[in-house]
Amino acid sequence: MSKVIVVTSGKGGVGKTTSTASIGVALAQTGQRVCIVDFDVGLRNLDLVMGAERRVVYDFINVAQGDAKLAQALIRDKRIDTLHLLAASQTRDKDALTDEGVERVIGELRDSFDWVLCDSPAGIERGALLAMRFADQAVVVTNPEVSSVRDSDRIIGLLDSKTRRAERGERIDKQLLLTRFDAGRSNRGEMLSVADVLDILSIPLLGIIPESEDILRASNVGAPVTMTGLTSLAGRAYRDAARRLAGETVPTVIPDEKKTLLNRLFGRRAA
Amino acid sequence: MSLFRFFKSRGTAPVARERLQILLTHERVALGPRDLVAILRDDLLATIARHIEFDPEKLSVKMDRAGAFSTLEIDVEIPSDKINSAALRRTPSTQASAA
Repeated sequence: MSKVIVVTSGKGGVGKTTSTASIGVALAQTGQRVCIVDFDVGLRNLDLVMGAERRVVYDFINVAQGDAKLAQALIRDKRIDTLHLLAASQTRDKDALTDEGVERVIGELRDSFDWVLCDSPAGIERGALLAMRFADQAVVVTNPEVSSVRDSDRIIGLLDSKTRRAERGERIDKQLLLTRFDAGRSNRGEMLSVADVLDILSIPLLGIIPESEDILRASNVGAPVTMTGLTSLAGRAYRDAARRLAGETVPTVIPDEKKTLLNRLFGRRAA
Repeated sequence: MSLFRFFKSRGTAPVARERLQILLTHERVALGPRDLVAILRDDLLATIARHIEFDPEKLSVKMDRAGAFSTLEIDVEIPSDKINSAALRRTPSTQASAA
């Protein structure tokens, strides 16, 4: 049975694209067929994060408008056989996507993949609404920071009212992915804690991704953290999140990147 | 470092938390009954699940507005064997009354 997941946040720059790519890779590594779809028309970046920027020939809009077949537009990852990318258009404007077009493409993707991960654009405009419209489930990406939490609250409201499932009176599962989390700062009371954010947004937790230098390194080379670096804490956190998404029970640990000897000696004790 | 911090006032996270809680309580009201249906659905799910084993996907909650009235439509599909086993576990006095 195929699952369509929207990765959304309201606020920009919180890690939607990174999270889509990293979780997509982690799911595909287990042999499941995964397609990651870029909904950010005009500002596509998922191709770049995946290292596939020079392989885009046809895009989502070409398929939605019937100018290309889905098979022509899908880009198969060179490293993981079961992973595909559907890029957004860089040149067309965002109004080129219609409800009907998106519904048809999502329907076709459901036939060929176990997982369809939709990378939403920022904002609450048409593009973001289209990305969530036909989803079964949502991953709400949030930073432990006031503006991000507020925007996530707004997005949760939209998920509960503007999606096809919500309109039909069905349930749309929403899970929180807390990114750029710094356990040290949170322990010192300088950053909202995991419990704070969960309490305010009141949706279940999918995972906690630590602030990590590995993320920038990964996007520099076009290989998500889950693809390389088995030792990376961020990579491990994304792999755990992917397993939870797939229904496994994985204990939640609060990742702490800076537990060095010096920090242990001079820093406050980590919980 | 940590010694200095010890004497300084506590971090700013509690302020952030409080501001958000106040703001969002206000905004959720201001933006209308944004997910009243979702809240109802979650509560109904929890309530029904306490008594009967059922598939959460089979619960449908709809709210329709027509003129001065709103109708709330709740549709739950439950396999009949679950009803029987749930009835056996309950005494008549605890039977839920349908509104």
